[in-house]
Parts: sequence; C-alpha cells; structure tokens
Amino acid sequence: MAKEDVLLLDFWVSPFCSRVKIALAEKGVAYQQRGEDIFGGKSELLLKSNPIYQKVPVLLHDGKPMCESTNIVHYIDETWPSPPLLPASAYDRARARFWADFIDKKLFDAGGNIWKTKGEDQAAAKKELIQILKYLEGGLGDKDYFGGDSFGFVDIIAIPLTTWFFAYEKFGNFNVEEECPKFAAWTKRCLGRESVAKTLPDPQQVLEFVSMMRKMHGIE
Amino acid sequence: MAEEVKLFRTWSSGYALRIVWALKLKGIEYETIFEDLTNKSPSLLQYNPIHGKVPVLVHDGKPVCESLVILEYVDETWKHNPLLPQDPYEKSMARFWANFGDDKLMKSIWQLFIAREKDQDVAAVEALENLKLVEEQLKGKKFFHGETVGYLDLAFGWFADFVSILEEIMSLKLVDGERFPHLSSWIQHFIDAPVIRDCWPPRDKMIIKFQVMRENYLAAATPK
Repeated sequence: MAKEDVLLLDFWVSPFCSRVKIALAEKGVAYQQRGEDIFGGKSELLLKSNPIYQKVPVLLHDGKPMCESTNIVHYIDETWPSPPLLPASAYDRARARFWADFIDKKLFDAGGNIWKTKGEDQAAAKKELIQILKYLEGGLGDKDYFGGDSFGFVDIIAIPLTTWFFAYEKFGNFNVEEECPKFAAWTKRCLGRESVAKTLPDPQQVLEFVSMMRKMHGIE
Repeated sequence: MAEEVKLFRTWSSGYALRIVWALKLKGIEYETIFEDLTNKSPSLLQYNPIHGKVPVLVHDGKPVCESLVILEYVDETWKHNPLLPQDPYEKSMARFWANFGDDKLMKSIWQLFIAREKDQDVAAVEALENLKLVEEQLKGKKFFHGETVGYLDLAFGWFADFVSILEEIMSLKLVDGERFPHLSSWIQHFIDAPVIRDCWPPRDKMIIKFQVMRENYLAAATPK
C-alpha cells in the first residue's frame, strides 16, 4: 500500500501551525512540512489550497487541502483515531469543542492587543487576557489536562498560544504565573510532553519576532 | 426514565433556530425557554456564565453552549437521521463552511445591512464575493448536504430568511436568480423543506425588529 501523502504548509512562529504539528506527532503520523514565506511571498500551493483566507496552516492529505487549525486537528483525530484526542462521551466532546471555540475567539486577539497598543488600551487588553486565562483555569478545575488525566484536544488548541506569552509579558509588563498560577502549572505540564517540547518555538525567538512586528506596525 | 431536554432561545435568534430544526429533524421532545436578552434569567446565566447567550441546550441537567457545538452534540447523541457527513474530509469541509458562514459571510451581509447609502456599494462588493463562494459550493446539489437537509443547511439557515428581510427593508435585490442560480434555488428549497418550514419566526415581527435595528445603527453613525 502506498505511503500516505501528508503535507503541512507551515510558518515556524505560528501557534496555529504548531497545533497541527503536535496533533500529528501525538498520532505518530509521518508527514512532510513546507515552510511558507509569509512576508516574502506565499507559495502557489498555499494560494491554491486556501484561496479564501490565504493562511497557514494548510494540511494536504493525499492532495486534499484542509484549512483552519482547529478544523484540521479535528480531522486528524477522526482520520487516525489512536490515541484519541477528544474524549469519549458526547457531552465531554461538546465541552472540549466549547473551550476550543472560546480559545479561538478570544485568546490570540487579546494577546495581540497587548503588544499592539499602549497606555489605557494596553491595560484593558491585559485585564482581558487575565480574565480569559481565569476562565480557562475554571475549565481546567483540578484536572491535569482539560480532558482529564490525558493530554488531548483542548490542550493541543491552547498550549502553542503560550509561546507568545513571554512577549506579552515583556511588552505588557506583567507575569502570567503570578496572575494565574494554575494555568502556569498546566503550561509546564504540557511542555514536559515530547510532542509539545519538540514542536514549539523558543519563546525568546517569538519575542524577537513580535519585536519585529511592532517595528513593522510602527509601535515604539 | 424519560430524557429531559431543554432549549434556551429567543423568538428571533437564527442561531437558536438551528437547534430547533435539529431537534425536530431527529424527533426529540424538548421544553423551550424563551429568554429576554435585556433581562436574562438566572438559569441562563448559570448554564452559560461565560457568554450569557442563547442558544443553550440542557440535556439531563448538563448544558451545551455555542450553536455549532450543540449541533454536533445533538448529532452524536441521537444518531438516527445523521446531520453531519460520515467521511472525515467531508465533515471538515462542512465545519469549514459553517465557520465561513458565521465569520466572513454574516459579517459582510451585516455590514451591508447597516451601511449608509454612500457606503453601500463598497459594502456590497465583499458581500457579493462571499455569496459567489457559497454559490460554488451548491453546484450540482439540492442542499449543501445533498438530497436532504443537513448540518451545513441548518448552519446557513439564518441566511435563507434574512436575505429576503434585508432585500425588503433596503429595497434592493441581493441574491438574484441570474447571478446566483444555485443559491436562489437552495433558498427556495430550504424555506419550504419539511420541518424547516414549520419553524420560521413571524416575518412581520422580523421586519419590524430589523428595521428598528437598522434605523438605530444609521442614527448612531450619522455625525451630529
């Protein structure tokens, strides 16, 4: 049987691409990766595969493209069922999807508002980020991971976004661990996992990237 | 013991209507709790503390929030008359387009709806581009799901109703049969489909509600 053809269109700093890489690693799926030059010029394949949003990640499985990272992680879980990323019961799956949706709607934008603004706007953005993390702490409860004892779907959706927190902390002058110790503990727990540790970029490099973005946006 | 299913909704919410349709298509008995969003019930705030929005489905005391999440929950809990495709790729396409509908399409239609007259042409460009993408998806199909109504039809259901409301209030034709033959055809089929057709909110009330909303937006946008 021919080896499955799995190709990921990627950008190293994108937490959304990291989600897909972690999911594939958890499933032990071999894949090829192609780095996109987001600023220099997106590839023909990317533009053809994701004409609507023109963004990474794009996963091509046997040539069929899929876009939007949460959607892709869902697909990976359904196509390679073992080990499962989503919980077994319909209710627990609905909770997982709710948290993924909440994270997608709120977290990255709140962080962006911290490094993109100053003064009162930045203070409001920090407050919002902390509130979001506190809600997530509520979702975590006393569990090791969002789904319970095992690393899974919501953890994969959330953990890559934490690589940008060092940059938020630097520009926003605050400390996530002080404000949300439970969330910080969960972060450390996930970072101890091989699929996560091998995939995520160094927060120092993310900080340098965000510094460059700030210059590009004309923010001093 | 009989299952207890409750749905928190408003009379006009297109998001909540998705769940009404899904439950009826599956033949699930449920209790409706109508909410006044200007005066939310303690129950709603207890079941949906983060967003405080409708719809919320409560099944044997356990709440599920966010309409697209609820649709998947309903489909996984009551497996007859499946709403989502079985194939993982087809399923991922359905989810992608449902999100497109809620993010890009809905935003662009709304921007057109509340645009001042001088801004309407520009707003229409994006709305029409998004409609063309949806038109492509319907080629060769009666419904997004195929021969029968499914998840993606329910996800786009708000559009089937809202388009004619927008057209009446704004006195313009957005989805004409020549430019959008498949979309026009889908709207006709969907509006009249079994179960779907029994659930539409009263049109006269919808016209008044959206007319008032539009007037408020336009008044707020007008420089004094």
